[in-house]
Amino acid sequence: MSGFTFSAEQEKEIENIFAKYPFKKSAMLPLLTLVQRAERRVSPEAMVAISKKMDCSPAYVQSVMSFYTMYHAEKVGKYMILFCINISCQLNGCDKLLEYTAKKLGIKVGETTPDEKFTLHREECLALCTEAPMMRINDTYYGDLTEQRIGQILDSLD
Amino acid sequence: MTQILFKNINMKDLHTMKVYEEQGGYRSLKKAFAQKPEEIVEAVKASGLRGRGGAGFPTGLKWSFLAKDVFPRYLCCNADESEPGTCKDRELMLKNPHMLIEGMILCAYACRIETGYIYLRGEFHDLNFIMEKALEDAYAKGYLGKNILGSGFNLDIYTHLGAGAYICGEESALLNSLEGERGEPRMKPPFPAVEGLYAKPTVVNNVETLCVVPYIVNEGAEKYASLGTEKSKGTKLVSVSGHVKKPGNYEVVLGTPIREIIYDLAGGIRDGNKLKAFIPGGSSVPMLPADQVDVSYDYESLAAAGTMLGSGAMIVIDDSVNIVETTLRLISFYMHESCGKCTPCREGTRWLYQIVEKIMQNKGQLDYIEKMEDICDNMNMKAFCPLADACVSPVVSSIKYFRSDYEEYFKNVPVGSV
Repeated sequence: MSGFTFSAEQEKEIENIFAKYPFKKSAMLPLLTLVQRAERRVSPEAMVAISKKMDCSPAYVQSVMSFYTMYHAEKVGKYMILFCINISCQLNGCDKLLEYTAKKLGIKVGETTPDEKFTLHREECLALCTEAPMMRINDTYYGDLTEQRIGQILDSLD
Repeated sequence: MTQILFKNINMKDLHTMKVYEEQGGYRSLKKAFAQKPEEIVEAVKASGLRGRGGAGFPTGLKWSFLAKDVFPRYLCCNADESEPGTCKDRELMLKNPHMLIEGMILCAYACRIETGYIYLRGEFHDLNFIMEKALEDAYAKGYLGKNILGSGFNLDIYTHLGAGAYICGEESALLNSLEGERGEPRMKPPFPAVEGLYAKPTVVNNVETLCVVPYIVNEGAEKYASLGTEKSKGTKLVSVSGHVKKPGNYEVVLGTPIREIIYDLAGGIRDGNKLKAFIPGGSSVPMLPADQVDVSYDYESLAAAGTMLGSGAMIVIDDSVNIVETTLRLISFYMHESCGKCTPCREGTRWLYQIVEKIMQNKGQLDYIEKMEDICDNMNMKAFCPLADACVSPVVSSIKYFRSDYEEYFKNVPVGSV
């Protein structure tokens, strides 16, 4: 399997990552994150590429990767929506809003839209409880959600 | 009300080096470097500061447990903030990142540490940019790097992102994660102070805890210890969420009555409803019913009331809610986040979920409650880390205080259906 190579820019970034730690093994999560953010998934080919960098087996890369919810074997949408359903958001009516969001996107929770623009996931507490209900889309937090606000946010993303 | 951590929190551009320094930021470093590291440890001990992440362990004592003469040592700031209901560290780092860096420098100097990591939960990628910019500015000013302010003390601090796992907020799981492994907890002892990151002595402290240290160095341990109760010193950030009019993060002096937090600071219960229950320290601590609202918010009073101060997340629930719904949601969370290493936790969380789900579908039997209590008994204190215990807290307390909410569902069980 040779379907994945790091770009020159990524190679440089990887050097910077390794420089942060006295032991190479600590670079595992940063490398997985680097790939996930660039590819919107971590493919088996990428796992092999990471394993070569980390001097470990691809199986070990997969075992670490499978522990963490932010790494995906299947490609996720351009916009990853993490919709908090934990207690503070539940008390503030997140269940109905999640249902609304899924309906608006025309998908079920856990799915990606056919155009690969949005993926909608149910998520545990994301630490914005004082602005519940909330969601995170890629790196941005959105609090105090209402149907209207969700509509506006989704429409503003291209 | 005394404000230490939130004193200037909404000041414009507080996150910049310029404004932070204008407000006296990094002033504590010179004062600290004029003292021996041990003196800082003693001051933090004398201040009575306790860990603000959840366990409430005395901070100075934790620092003094580091294995003698073993180097290098590491500092890990626990910025994994994932206890449901808690969002104070996010606000601190978002608005005042330099306060954390200053606190970390002081801790590192006190503990003779030359490398520190800020372990941010993976979802805090936005904060990672903020912390990295703040670190860069601190290096440029000579507050980090080699020979800081001519003291001969060296320190490097890096950020490290997790990738979505609640358990990584538990310190030994955090260390495994930082070492590039699955974030499963480790057997203790040895504690991180003896064998932590890369099996070297390590201090793991919460963001809020570290942010308090500059105040202790600047103003003195006595001044900090003059705040609060006999055993719960200083102030605490409380994230108030749920059915209140003004949810938010508030800084309170320990010992403040809970009534004041819910009704004065957070504006009371909204929509004309009444208070039914509150969870005073994040989802992992037992809930209390409304009649305990006059308990004072400190470690000892909450322990006496059968719960904990935890991470300082006050989740407020009004009387429109059936507690069983809330409890099921919390069980579902712990089931999802159980790392699977220990059987009582992996299986117990799932069994509890299945039972409560059945109850909510009106398919429960009266002995289900006993069964739940039995499962809880077999989970509590029987796993490597406190995740199983955390799941037990809402279950046992909901049964203790709101048994009638469960019984509501039994009333509707169709005859002959179970």
